Amino acid sequence: MIRAVIVMNTQGKPRLTKFYDFQPPEKQQEMIRKVFGVLCNRPENVSNFIQADDIFGPDCKIVYKHLATLYFIFVFDSSENELAMLDLIQVFVETLDRCFKNVCELDVVFNFNKMHTILNEIILGGQVLETSSEEVMKAIEEISRLEKSTSAVSLIPKAVSGKLGR
Amino acid sequence: MGSQGGWGQSKEFLDLVKSIGEARSKAEEDRIVLSEIETLKRRIAEPDVPRRRMKEYIIRLVYVEMLGHDASFGYIHAVKMTHDDSLSLKRTGYLAVTLFLNEDHDLIILIVNTIQKDLRSDNYLVVCAALTAVCRLINEETIPAVLPQIVELLGHPKEAIRKKAVMALHRFYQRAPGSVSHLISNFRKRLCDNDPGVMGATLCPLFDLITADPSSYKDLVMSFVSILKQVAEKRLPKSYDYHQMPAPFIQIKLLKILALLGSGDKQASEQMYTILSDIFRKGESTSNIGNAILYQCICCVSSIYPNTKSLEAAADATSKFLKSDNHNLRYMGIDALGRLIKINPEIAEEHQLAVIDCLEDPDDTLKRKTFELLYKMTKSTNVEVIVDRMIDYMININDHHYKTEIASRCVELAEQYAPSNHWFIQTMNKVFEHAGDLVNVRVAHNLMRLIAEGFGEDDEGADSQLRSSAVESYLRILGEPKLPSVFLQVICWVLGEYGTMDGKCSASYIIGKLCDVAEAHANDDTVKAYATTAIMKIFAYEIAAGRKVEMLPECQALIDELSASHSTDLQQRAYELQALMGLDVHAVESVMPLDASCEDIEVDRSLPFLSSFVQQSLEKGARPYISESEQSGMSHVNIFRSQDLHEVSGHTLRFEAYQLPKPAPPASAPIAFAPPTDLVPVSDPTYARDIQPPPKVPSSLDALSADVGVRLRLEGVQKKWGKPTYSSSAASSSSSTSQKTVNGATHLDGVGSMSAQARDNLYDSRRQQVEVSAEKQKLAASLFGASSSKNEKKPSSHKTIKGSAGNVEKPTTMVKAVTSSEPTEKTSVPPPPDLLDLGEPAPETKPSVDPFQQLEGLLGPAPVQSTPDSSVVAGPREPDLMALYSDIPMTNLSGTSTNPTATNFYAVSKNPQGATNVSTLKKGPNPQDSLEKDALARQVGVTPSGKNPNLFRDLFG
Repeated sequence: MIRAVIVMNTQGKPRLTKFYDFQPPEKQQEMIRKVFGVLCNRPENVSNFIQADDIFGPDCKIVYKHLATLYFIFVFDSSENELAMLDLIQVFVETLDRCFKNVCELDVVFNFNKMHTILNEIILGGQVLETSSEEVMKAIEEISRLEKSTSAVSLIPKAVSGKLGR
Repeated sequence: MGSQGGWGQSKEFLDLVKSIGEARSKAEEDRIVLSEIETLKRRIAEPDVPRRRMKEYIIRLVYVEMLGHDASFGYIHAVKMTHDDSLSLKRTGYLAVTLFLNEDHDLIILIVNTIQKDLRSDNYLVVCAALTAVCRLINEETIPAVLPQIVELLGHPKEAIRKKAVMALHRFYQRAPGSVSHLISNFRKRLCDNDPGVMGATLCPLFDLITADPSSYKDLVMSFVSILKQVAEKRLPKSYDYHQMPAPFIQIKLLKILALLGSGDKQASEQMYTILSDIFRKGESTSNIGNAILYQCICCVSSIYPNTKSLEAAADATSKFLKSDNHNLRYMGIDALGRLIKINPEIAEEHQLAVIDCLEDPDDTLKRKTFELLYKMTKSTNVEVIVDRMIDYMININDHHYKTEIASRCVELAEQYAPSNHWFIQTMNKVFEHAGDLVNVRVAHNLMRLIAEGFGEDDEGADSQLRSSAVESYLRILGEPKLPSVFLQVICWVLGEYGTMDGKCSASYIIGKLCDVAEAHANDDTVKAYATTAIMKIFAYEIAAGRKVEMLPECQALIDELSASHSTDLQQRAYELQALMGLDVHAVESVMPLDASCEDIEVDRSLPFLSSFVQQSLEKGARPYISESEQSGMSHVNIFRSQDLHEVSGHTLRFEAYQLPKPAPPASAPIAFAPPTDLVPVSDPTYARDIQPPPKVPSSLDALSADVGVRLRLEGVQKKWGKPTYSSSAASSSSSTSQKTVNGATHLDGVGSMSAQARDNLYDSRRQQVEVSAEKQKLAASLFGASSSKNEKKPSSHKTIKGSAGNVEKPTTMVKAVTSSEPTEKTSVPPPPDLLDLGEPAPETKPSVDPFQQLEGLLGPAPVQSTPDSSVVAGPREPDLMALYSDIPMTNLSGTSTNPTATNFYAVSKNPQGATNVSTLKKGPNPQDSLEKDALARQVGVTPSGKNPNLFRDLFG
């Protein structure tokens, strides 16, 4: 199963973290630090896999992808196929790209709740749920459409929009 | 900023992110985040926060916690938000609680009710959000609260919900298998769901269930195979394609399941062969995902009951991986190779150069994977090269975790396959030197035990040689700075036990060295203790030998220091040492017998020498001793009384024992304080108390090591160290241990491995068109030489089968190694054929090749000799060759191609360069022929690699 999904930038700042087994925040930070330590020491043009049993427990591996200023990292155990995980990262990134039109780090920073929504459509409880970015997009659009329609009914946004206008 | 307003966040949040992004130090970042937390704490507690605003606060909380700060003050607000009617807020609430809370958090109980309500919602997105939360937040106790609704949702019209419900149920199964055991049939039902997505999701729980118990799902093999077939034939809707591959993730999951179901089950496996070879054939190796499927297919093939054709395809795919430039693929290739060699060790040979390339690759992951592979293929013939490489690598890694692992692997391999004790000791020294703090203490004890016990044969000369070489190397190593404690303990023990044994070093020299050790490690009591005892032993031996020992000043200083030590153990040792020096020769001999570390010490627990004293005491009216088991039921008072009686007979009851400090030592071991007169006759009775009751125990340390020696069972290790296994590679490579080495057999094997070496080297020198560096070749030869030598040895077993009984072992071990592949395939040949070979009924060509190799071994001067005792080998070689010649017609009787191959063989032997000749050897359109050719070529010494394209064009093309 997939143990965790981490997105961080090349300075080691986490941009999205999701652990499928609960980890207390301090432990999470420690893991993120260690992963970053390993990643930034990797040379260019090497494999995308890292044996990570010293960070995440026995049998755990990391697959990562370095895109622009971001690292996309999936942590999983031996029941998953490394190459397939690499493609799952691809699915995730493709979906982000569709969603934000040329995704960049800023999109990721300001929309990490949306990132979580996307991730929840792809991975559920550590298992791969959906691998077609089109299907994911459909679900996401449906959610935002319905969210809009419900929030239109509700009676808040005056204050917020006023604030934004400033 | 205007454009960023589009993200729907307030300016405050944007500023926060921006300032954090611009923070130049961790401290600055922390300051910003802490002030943000203060702001949030204040704002969130305000009455009547607009809901929209609250949503943003919650998101900011999540953000703060992601940066590693505590946001627990806001958890309750996140929980409240899940109750909201607005979908957007509800989803934010659920998101926050799934990130904040673990399943045993107190607040969960406040959410369960909401989840229950939401699972019944009409809005399917609300249900989805609730299901996502269910997967994360429901623990064993709360499962029953939502279980009925989840089961109901399995039949929901929306496939997205069915899918998530399956996943939720799977999660329950992972959490508490018992809670959903009655619902497992639902997974089977969902496998037939109309929606392929739901079916794919069902594979996840089924995979887990089948991992736990494959036998109850054998009936599904057919269904899985047919699903896989449909998927592979692109019968699913186009939307499931990913990079032109039909539903690759479903295919991969199915292949994993099939691998589990087919493992060790011939019947089930047979249903899979067709589809597997279909997938291999369609295999798309240009895309990443295509390779993922191919890799999974290889895993499946290597796990199920072996089938020649699919193994062939798997080997092909593996070689494509290994030849790739892409590191990821090479990594997968190494992994796949590791799986395949379990079934057919010869596959590795073809890729030796690729493997060595990976070993020298800058990519650490790849390197580690390759070492894993080497670890799997280690046998007695290549153990030296592999362990040396591992140690070299080990020295340069900083990662403690991995260093420990690789050090323990070195130890394991060395213990298992060590060709000689000398090598073993040298290797252990290296491991200890560089990773001594990381290896198990057990390893140190094993090493001491080995040095003490020697070969396990009655060869005292060799043993003492071994010991003096160990002593010599340790004296040298002691010069190095910073040795790990465990290693120093071993060194001290060995020096104490055998330091002066061979007479090369004087006692005072060794004692001086030991004093240095103790001095240099003032903080390590264990090392000091070992050193002291070692000094004591040397003194004892000198006294026993009647020599006068003068006390070195540094030694005296050490003793003085230790006598005042805080450690009672060190104190005792120092006093023991002083006492020992005052004893006469006889007493010393019986206290510290020479070289007695291997003697068994029988501890007589009844302590008979005390019986007269006990008798006396009893007569004086003392209470009889009550054993511990009887005591346990009694009151403390009684225990104390009986102990007191033993200590100082004549004491009356002392109830105040707990409160008052007693002048006598602690009463925990009353027996130890028996009157001194009952001990061994010792000249100076005042020290008798320091010497322990069982007279044969020389010192507590010796007792320790001897004790360890008794307790540690090194199963089989000693057996493997013996000489016989050294030259026979088969015993180690196959799982069989039923090895009957009859006189000539080991020599025969020796010839095999030797001629392999010779052949490799000969061939290397001739092959100029190959531009691979000679060093690499050599490494390859030493790594893989074993398997190629095995290759040649097999035929010799065919031939000599009726003559030398010793070689019968060969075919049987081979058969075992394949874990019973179909013997029906090749029943025509009377001696058990080589089932491992992929080419089918090829055995008749083999015998003709083998003599050639052996001949070549004779022709060449055999430049590199890994075998130290080549003189032994030279003897039986000739007669063996003769036997081979005379036997050829007999073994070939079954085959029709006797004559052509025989003559061909001669032709080849005249022209040993004949890589190309070999390809003309046989003509045949079918792949079997080319495989035979492959085998033949390999035996001739051609390393199949990209460098010999014309040889393999017909094989791969």
